[in-house]
Amino acid sequence: MAGISSTLLYCAFIIYLIATFVFAMSISDKKGREKGAAYIKRWGRIGYTIAIIGFICQLGYFITRWIASGHAPVSNLFEFTTFFGMMMVFAFIIIYAIYKTNVLGVFAMAIALLVIAYASMFPRDISPLIPALQSDWLKIHVTTAALGEGILSISFVAGLIYLILTVDQKVSTAKTKWLEFIMYCLLCIVGFIIVTIISQSIGTKEEFSWKAWKDGQRVEQTITYELPVLIGPPDGKLLTKGGYEPFVHAPSWMKGEEAPKKLNTFIWSLLSGAVLYGLLRLILRKRIAAAIQPKLANMNDDLVDEISYRAVAIGFPVFTLGALIFAMIWAQKAWTRFWGWDPKEVWALITFLFYAAYIHLRLNKGWHGEKSAWLSVIGFLIIAFNLIAVNLVLAGLHSYA
Amino acid sequence: MKAIKCECGHENPYGTEFCAACGKPFKGGDSDQLINMRYEGSAIRSKTYNKTIIDKIWNFFSSVKVGVTIIFIILVAAAIGSIFPQQEYIPSNADPATYYEDRYGIFGKIYYLLGFENLYGSWWFITLLAALGLSIIVASIDRGVPLYKSLKNQRVTRHENFLKGQRLVSITPGSIPFEHIKGALIKNRYKVREENGNILAEKGRFSRWGAYVNHTGLIIFLVGAMLRFFPGMYIDKVVWIKEGETAAIPGTNNEYYLKNNNFILQTYSKNDKQYKAALQKAGEVPKNYESKITLYRAKSKPVIGELPKLEKIKDGQAKVNHPFKFSHYGIYQSYYRQGELDKMKFNLVNKKTGKAYGPMTVDLNNPKTEYDLGHGVEVKLSRYYPNFYFDEKGLPASRNKSPENPAFVFDFKTPETPDGERSLVAIQQTIEANKQQANKYKMKFAGVEMKDVSGLTVKKDLTLPIIIVGAAIFMLGVVQGLYWNHRRIWIRQKDNETWLAAHTNKNWFGFKKEIQKISDETGLIMPVDKVEPKRS
Repeated sequence: MAGISSTLLYCAFIIYLIATFVFAMSISDKKGREKGAAYIKRWGRIGYTIAIIGFICQLGYFITRWIASGHAPVSNLFEFTTFFGMMMVFAFIIIYAIYKTNVLGVFAMAIALLVIAYASMFPRDISPLIPALQSDWLKIHVTTAALGEGILSISFVAGLIYLILTVDQKVSTAKTKWLEFIMYCLLCIVGFIIVTIISQSIGTKEEFSWKAWKDGQRVEQTITYELPVLIGPPDGKLLTKGGYEPFVHAPSWMKGEEAPKKLNTFIWSLLSGAVLYGLLRLILRKRIAAAIQPKLANMNDDLVDEISYRAVAIGFPVFTLGALIFAMIWAQKAWTRFWGWDPKEVWALITFLFYAAYIHLRLNKGWHGEKSAWLSVIGFLIIAFNLIAVNLVLAGLHSYA
Repeated sequence: MKAIKCECGHENPYGTEFCAACGKPFKGGDSDQLINMRYEGSAIRSKTYNKTIIDKIWNFFSSVKVGVTIIFIILVAAAIGSIFPQQEYIPSNADPATYYEDRYGIFGKIYYLLGFENLYGSWWFITLLAALGLSIIVASIDRGVPLYKSLKNQRVTRHENFLKGQRLVSITPGSIPFEHIKGALIKNRYKVREENGNILAEKGRFSRWGAYVNHTGLIIFLVGAMLRFFPGMYIDKVVWIKEGETAAIPGTNNEYYLKNNNFILQTYSKNDKQYKAALQKAGEVPKNYESKITLYRAKSKPVIGELPKLEKIKDGQAKVNHPFKFSHYGIYQSYYRQGELDKMKFNLVNKKTGKAYGPMTVDLNNPKTEYDLGHGVEVKLSRYYPNFYFDEKGLPASRNKSPENPAFVFDFKTPETPDGERSLVAIQQTIEANKQQANKYKMKFAGVEMKDVSGLTVKKDLTLPIIIVGAAIFMLGVVQGLYWNHRRIWIRQKDNETWLAAHTNKNWFGFKKEIQKISDETGLIMPVDKVEPKRS
């Protein structure tokens, strides 16, 4: 069953990839512009159908993995992030049904692909549930929260499209630079995935012994790097025979468990992202956003703005229900209190407050269009931070992976 | 501050932008400029008065800009509080004054010096939350009441300038049957009101109240959270009970007692087929933490040091995710200590002959002082050090009361040694009191009994129903406000022309599609959106 499950996920990934290309073709093909709306509509429908088939495949992965593991497969970083990607696709399927914009398909499917590929970089073993997770609220709370985040992510996708569409690319401004920065961040994730896959296929592995903090004490520990070591642990001793000494050692205050390894991974992501970005700039000979802009020429920016807002309007209540209310009910049962300022709770609250501010600024202060779009980008950053950094860096009660 | 009397006869309060009844704009006159439809142009108190101190405070908190600013400050503060763990999450034996610096270096030190280790309970953070609450209340009253009045007073017939000032307006020449238009609107589920050949078609007005409903829910929630500080509303204690022992449940005024029958810790089997791969990497993974407990109620007044008469109420278990519940209390499985020393057994042995008396059992938590071993043999426990060490002066002392490294000073008398002998007995060592002459007898260790200890959280929270009601109302309000739209279409027939003006509070895309449909059905001209893309 576990085998079938992985195959289905792999299939879903490939199908999403095809859907992305079909959507991309429907807007960028020169024939399309000549043949007009009917052509775009037809290929949009085909892309949409393929996306739905991919979603069904991934649903198959989800169900078979559930059967194989005996619990809802949302219990570690791989499972949750994969599910988050799936919910993004689901949200896209809903929003596309309302607005039928192919451009949204290109970006939403591409970013969902990125999320799912990123998820596969985490350990994929079927793992047992610790007592704190043995509750029906695991499936209820986590799935609803992920759905809310998925819908809110579509707001980011539309916001990004809006920015690419409207930011003036004739001159270099702060706006064009920030927009390129977003592109760079996305490329860092691509870079991380590429570096990880290459290292895995070569079989890079180096071990160091060093003293790290654990439960309030410094303990001798072994740290295993799966990526080539740029940043070694402070005062770390190389254990692997024939291994390479690290370029530099992490600063001496960095003594959290696994902290130097995480820093190493982070640096690799930044570097590989920079290489990819540089290559793209060399090939395109202009800013990435400037290269995409003409492909979006026949988009109505007002409509994109409304899609971005609509996604927040639909996603905000779902997120609140899943990530705050269901979370509080479960926390009351499992941790004796419905609220305890655990980092994950705090960042769910921050996400909530941020989108609440978004809605107020939009409805009462008339923040439409560009301002709204930048906010939706920041909103996604917060969601991504809560998903990744809170688990890997801030830790706390939610660090199950 | 005079009321504004409109030409239609309706009296509007000072500060109104357009007549609540007929919609005639009081400024701008006869132009195509868009009318600001927010709050229906009604006189908002904060926009109208700014004289007294109360006006100024009111205006400050009613401002959405201020509200959003408070939200952002709370957001940033909350984020700062998550950088390093809050004090309650650092190891319980660590001293925060040194822990943050040791663990996180200079940043940790600054963090601690600024008091961020207890940020969410700090006076300024609570003040921020209170300010947000105040802002929500003031802003809601400030805008909600006039909005309600305006929507209630709106008349079907609207002033020409009001219609012209809408975002969607069209004028269709020629005559279109009135009933035909009305039918199309009703078919699209509009509530239709008519007056002298004019129509006001409206749907989803209730979504306008969503904001006020969800704000009410939030306020109830915040009030519920504050009520916790009233005595009797909230209890949060931890009680440690050793297996086999009974203890009063803190916070119940010695009314309830709890016996810990057994603590269970289960781990996943390494050979578990399903999880084999993961378990090989992770090692031991816990499967279950559970305390089997029995609840008793006291039937008599407790005497210090002794249990009162107890009446059994029920057996049960406190398990992670499944607390044990009774009346308003919940007992949660929160902590445990395994293999804690509970009792030690000794024999008194004659060093030469090996003849042994005993055994005697010392309860390490509550030791007796005298032990009669029979045959005229008596042992007295003169001193007891539960967690033994030698202090700076080289004298025996105890670090605390927890029996982690017990040591005893025993005095023993036998018929052979009527004067008695004394020795200090600790784990792995014996020191005799009489240096000149060795003792004839010694206390010989004969075994130990270990017990698990369950750390159970006792929780009572009478604010929960209020919190739940607040959260539920909030959710309803948010859905009401965001999942529905308030759409209005005005039709005015005059001089062989039909005017159509339309407004929605959001989601113009869907609204325009709907009007397109109505236009197809009736022959009314589809309005051109005045807010078209700025991009060429």
